[in-house]
Amino acid sequence: MKKLSLLVAASLIALSAAAYAESDEPLPPRKMSWAFDGVLGTVDKPAAQRGFQIYKEVCSACHSLNRIAFRNLTDLGFSEAEVKALAATYDIQDGPNDDGAMYTRPGKPSDYFPAPYPNENAARSVNHGAAPPDLSLIIKARNGGGNYVYSLLTGFATPPSDVHLADNQYYNPYIAGHRLAMPPPLTDSRVTYTDGTNATLDQEARDVVNFLQWAAEPEMEARKEMGIKALIFLAIFTVFMYIAKRNIWRKLH
Amino acid sequence: MANKPIEQQPGIKGWIEYRLPIFSFLNNSLGSGYPTPRNLNYWWNFGSIAGICLVMQILTGLFLAMHYTANSGLAFDSVEGIMRNVNYGWLMRYAHAVGASMFFVVVYIHIFRGLYYGSYKAPRELLWWFGIVILLLMMATAFMGYVLPWGQMSFWGATVITNLFSAIPGVGESIVHWLWGGFSVDNPTLNRFYALHFLLPFVIVGVVILHIWALHQHGSNNPLGIDVKTPQDVIPFHPYYTVKDAFGFGVFFLIFGWFVFFAPNSLGDPDNYIPANPMVTPAHIVPEWYFLPFYAILRSMPDIGIPFTSIVFVNSKLAGVIGMFGSIIIFFFLPWIDRSKVRAATFRPVYRVMFWLFLIDCVILGYIGSQPPEGTLITIGRFALTYYFAHFIVLWFISKNEKTLPLPESINKSVLECCAHDHHH
Amino acid sequence: MSKQSTGHSHIPAEGEGATRRDFMMLTAASLAGLGAATVAWPFIDSMNPAADVLALSSIEVDLTPIQPGQTIKVKWRGVPVFIRHRTPEDIAEAKKVPMSDLKDPATDESRTKQGHEQWLVMIGVCTHLGCIPLSGAGDFGGSDNGGWFCPCHGSQYDTAGRIRKGPAPKNLVVPDYAFLTDNRIKIG
Repeated sequence: MKKLSLLVAASLIALSAAAYAESDEPLPPRKMSWAFDGVLGTVDKPAAQRGFQIYKEVCSACHSLNRIAFRNLTDLGFSEAEVKALAATYDIQDGPNDDGAMYTRPGKPSDYFPAPYPNENAARSVNHGAAPPDLSLIIKARNGGGNYVYSLLTGFATPPSDVHLADNQYYNPYIAGHRLAMPPPLTDSRVTYTDGTNATLDQEARDVVNFLQWAAEPEMEARKEMGIKALIFLAIFTVFMYIAKRNIWRKLH
Repeated sequence: MANKPIEQQPGIKGWIEYRLPIFSFLNNSLGSGYPTPRNLNYWWNFGSIAGICLVMQILTGLFLAMHYTANSGLAFDSVEGIMRNVNYGWLMRYAHAVGASMFFVVVYIHIFRGLYYGSYKAPRELLWWFGIVILLLMMATAFMGYVLPWGQMSFWGATVITNLFSAIPGVGESIVHWLWGGFSVDNPTLNRFYALHFLLPFVIVGVVILHIWALHQHGSNNPLGIDVKTPQDVIPFHPYYTVKDAFGFGVFFLIFGWFVFFAPNSLGDPDNYIPANPMVTPAHIVPEWYFLPFYAILRSMPDIGIPFTSIVFVNSKLAGVIGMFGSIIIFFFLPWIDRSKVRAATFRPVYRVMFWLFLIDCVILGYIGSQPPEGTLITIGRFALTYYFAHFIVLWFISKNEKTLPLPESINKSVLECCAHDHHH
Repeated sequence: MSKQSTGHSHIPAEGEGATRRDFMMLTAASLAGLGAATVAWPFIDSMNPAADVLALSSIEVDLTPIQPGQTIKVKWRGVPVFIRHRTPEDIAEAKKVPMSDLKDPATDESRTKQGHEQWLVMIGVCTHLGCIPLSGAGDFGGSDNGGWFCPCHGSQYDTAGRIRKGPAPKNLVVPDYAFLTDNRIKIG
């Protein structure tokens, strides 16, 4: 059943891709439903943890996550001890020491995730001129947010016959121009999840989106919770004020 | 100095009042001592809501300024630091960003209320002028504020708009370099925009004080557009309009809260979450929504010259700048362009149609501004731009001898008639 | 200012109308006040130390590389912290000093953690006017030079970091710290 629906989905994409093949306009992202959607949205912590595993094992080879510190991971359900241990597995540059030299030391929770390249020029030179963007804000920095990232990660396809790709380009109808320098990063069983979940492409892409959504908006749960309280208070206030207004104005008529 | 000796009243209130008559001042301007037309409808709430917006922007802006760094290498990071590390920083940032949009929504409604009910007509011309000055200051403040996060749109929006000044013949380029503090938008530009963005809101406060002072000279206009004639036409501001304004604040904050807590980025551009890169231009450079109609006018102006020849008097870039500023400056002349003696569109069926068409035209211009200038959109944009200015030309012609409906005798009579059939005791 | 009067009175008759209006005003004012207080808190709290500042508010130091007789300096909350691996001579020297000799009396035991007397952890800021004293200097260091001398105004601290001579009023401050293991401390 799953295979059939995947087949149907693929052919639908192919058909609409054919329509969009003429222009360079990106296909509208697929509409998915996420745990973080809506007024009561939350972070799906197990999914985000799996997404983090994928970031660590796949994406971090090329993409930095500059704005996330190791200590932030406690939001996802890791304990302080786990975070400390994880941080220590990273080599962080520090210095200068008393001799004036820079040195590396094990990471601490207060450190930020180190970048794979020392600077943008290095990133470009290794990646055929295209610098892989930092992922901390990618969900907010793209139209369509999580839907876009999911569609992109699962949208790699063989190009239609009239599309010519350069050596280091890959076809994906979800991006403007339909070509990008990133090879498909995910496939079925690309990682082995530590929590035992079956790692299909769809699962991996969802988990990555859940993780990246948290990375872009770590305040989301607190924000929505506060929002509900604020709007309830304001609704009561407004209704009360309306009753008061009617009351005070009644005597004029 | 008072003419007759004032006696100090008993109590703390009396002690203060004798030295600084703040209580009677407040009473006579906001309290039960300030007479207001009794028939104001909810379109009259937007002035006080705009005031609340100004206070809110200043407060949130001040607290953001405690954590923001206006250096091109640090600005973007400092804003993300506010979002991620500062306690309630995300709340302050979103309130400020959404607040700017809300401020414009409220002010635009406030302006259109004025257009509909003839609030710009004598004796309120100066009040209207102060309002336009406030709008211009708001636009400058918002433009500079948007540059501060130093995202892609911040940088490129600043580049496009400051480049406009190069359209000025002769001195244009020098002026642009002077504005930039360099040869492109860079750190000097960012720093001075921060200084000015901090300053201008307080200038706005000053002009708002003048605005309210002018208002209080002759009091508020009203939906009938006729003058207050008798004491029965008015009611004390407190408690009638204080409670109505409080209700208005509630509704406003509900809408504001919805955006801040549940859709804070819906009015913004995702490209501004990409740090500014002078080497990469975004696919579509778009200003914030409240600038879109003006952006459309800017881009829609053609070369001004002799048709079917290559003779150009004013190139389209300069024409665009003139058109854009002209579209706001023209409002200064409105009290004299509109020669009708009747204020409210309620009694001006011809003007009423013109009003709605004008409003629709502004919305069309806004849409045009949001899209890349291609194909039929260019033609529609030019038509909408022409219509915008034509509105004023037509208004001048028809307003003198326009056919109007008979005005009610007085506010009081009109209110009594309307409520004659549903009598409350 | 407009001089028009407000017309005939619209205030309701005393009694029920007035108390209802009072109730309304009171509730309205309370709701508004509650709202204002709730809104004020985030503003005030935003001025408290941010999460990244708090993350650096405590540090862990590995003591293994510090040899006996060696003093290192680490940065904590923006100030230097001396960590000295005291020799037995340093400790003996400190314990010899009678309380009457001290401007700011403190026993050697009170300045170290029990079971870890060889470790001296102190904020490296002179209690006089804030200069950073020099390690291994001064007349009160004993045979292993375990004292401190402040070059600014000549304050001198002994092998337990206590003020012995000079204008400083107090001993070098021992910060809040704890041993996580025998060779690892957490300051702050």
